[in-house]
Amino acid sequence: MPNLPTRRAILAGIPLALVATTVSAGLFSQDIPENLDLALRRPTDAHHYTVAIGPVEPEVRIGRMHAWTLALADRRGRPIDTARIAIDGRMPQHGHGLPSAPAVTQALGDGQFLIEGMKFNMHGWWEIDLAIDGPAGADTVSFNLVL
Amino acid sequence: MRRILFALPFAAIGAGALAIHLPDPAAPTWSEEDLSLVRSLSLDALPPVPADPSNRVADDPRAAALGRSIFFDTRFSSNGKVACATCHLPDRQFQDDRALSKGVSETSRRAMPIAGMAHSPFLFWDGRKDSFWSQALGPLESAVEHGGDRTQYAHVIGAHYAEAYVEVFGPLPDLDVLPARAGPVADPAAATAWEGMARSDREAVNLVFANVGKAIAAFERTIAPPETRFDLWVASREFPGPGLLTTEEIAGLRVFLGAGGCVNCHGGPLLSDGHFHNTGVPAVPGLPEDRGRETGALLVREDPFNCLGPYSDAQPADCAELRFMVPAGADMLRAFKTPSLRGAASRPPYMHAGQIPDLERVIAHYVAAPEAPAGQSELRPLTLDHTQRHELAAFLGALDPLP
Ligand code: HEC
Ligand code: HEC
Ligand SMILES: [Cu+2]
Repeated sequence: MPNLPTRRAILAGIPLALVATTVSAGLFSQDIPENLDLALRRPTDAHHYTVAIGPVEPEVRIGRMHAWTLALADRRGRPIDTARIAIDGRMPQHGHGLPSAPAVTQALGDGQFLIEGMKFNMHGWWEIDLAIDGPAGADTVSFNLVL
Repeated sequence: MRRILFALPFAAIGAGALAIHLPDPAAPTWSEEDLSLVRSLSLDALPPVPADPSNRVADDPRAAALGRSIFFDTRFSSNGKVACATCHLPDRQFQDDRALSKGVSETSRRAMPIAGMAHSPFLFWDGRKDSFWSQALGPLESAVEHGGDRTQYAHVIGAHYAEAYVEVFGPLPDLDVLPARAGPVADPAAATAWEGMARSDREAVNLVFANVGKAIAAFERTIAPPETRFDLWVASREFPGPGLLTTEEIAGLRVFLGAGGCVNCHGGPLLSDGHFHNTGVPAVPGLPEDRGRETGALLVREDPFNCLGPYSDAQPADCAELRFMVPAGADMLRAFKTPSLRGAASRPPYMHAGQIPDLERVIAHYVAAPEAPAGQSELRPLTLDHTQRHELAAFLGALDPLP
């Protein structure tokens, strides 16, 4: 399962095959590291939790506010419904943060949370940083996106 | 118009086409990703004007007609000489070609073009307004722009626009009981008169005032960015080869996307990300300190005419931009809204107070990436040789409206 190009394609709404073959040859994206881990599901840094995130609508448009969901589980995969979650983000190559201040606005149950106010104002490499304070303690996790 | 332009080369080539279309070894190569990025800058990629739930008459043509009249009406000023169109000239891309604008007195920032800004979540260089209608109220009460006040404007509506107003918004309040000049403005007499008014009268006047803004907004929403040679080229058959754009302009586009990094902030069909960046533009000696978005973020939150306020027609859920906006932090110090580059080539001077006189020096600014007078510039110095700078400027010229 070619995880990497799939993520790129979903997020940018660009047909998969085109992106997969030419992404590093572009004028614009030539400086984006080739080996970024683009998985949107991963364990937190201290392995207290497993977190998966994704946009509610599969196509993310630059400049448009939209919502994401977050699935939180403990290290054995059991969903967690009570946690404080803070969201931050940045473009590592541009030295700036997100153009909005997203927040978890609802616990949807079954370990799912709604994140509102997500926005990206540029193509390129974004990092999304989460700080999670739940039953197993405080932990952090970062995700990479290429738009 | 577009069809005709494309049809010409198509028909003329005929049998010679195969030879002509063999790849030219000197021609630049475009990845599919580059091509889709270029297409995303074209006017064809601009979605329809988004709904404005905070303004229930946003798309009412009667409101737009009323707003259009007010936009050009100098009676909405303290000296009878200033209208929106004084600084936003329709035949000059709705701006005034000056570094600082002249209304009743002089502003401390440069006038901004209006086209396409219905897509922009925040207005003004510092984004201190979150809708067209709320924005329009600012200059009306500014001592250096229109210089008037809320009851004055309510009286002008009552005397000259009552019928159109009532048709769109419903009955006017009893205006006869109101002072001639009153409002929360710099003028001390008008401010005192405003304090002396009953709360219910003030609220009734505020409603008329907000509705004036909503009518103007309905008009401004109809001001779309004009088509450019760049847009026609992207849709043309020879794209991405030379044709409606010259080889030099195309090379400039490649600098814009690549070595210049311009597309990072000047992206999308308006060539603006609608966000705020500190780009190290120098402060102007003699003007009041300008902290840019840092102040704007505070002001828009507190504004009674914002999306969440009592004069807004929106539900809180409609106000995501305001609810989830980046708060006034240090990285917003001297950050200003990215201007659209559509038509920029023909409207110097540049930047929020007209600090930079021409495109050549704008590009030199980006190459040098000087330290910001306050806060941190996001820019990093560029390596662009003489030719690339020329090409970049040539490309910006292709973003001018068609004559
Ligand atoms: C005296 C000149 C002057 C007058 C009169 C004036 N403006 Fe402006 N306009 C400006 C200046 C200067 C700015 C930028 C000010 C700032 O950022 O603080 C501006 C900004 C704007 C913007 C923001 C555009 C953007 O991209 O954010 C809009 C919209 C606008 N004006 C509409 C109006 C309307 C509507 C009126 C009449 C009610 C009006 N203006 C009257 C000078 C003027
Ligand atoms: C980090 C974001 C960013 C980048 C990168 C960037 N710009 Fe800008 N640009 C801005 C902002 C913000 C302003 C307004 C700054 C101000 O007035 O203080 C601006 C203003 C301008 C203006 C003046 C427009 C006007 O109406 O006054 C031009 C022209 C321009 N940029 C061209 C370019 C070019 C060419 C490049 C690439 C070499 C570029 N920009 C790169 C953010 C950026
Ligand atoms: Cu960036």
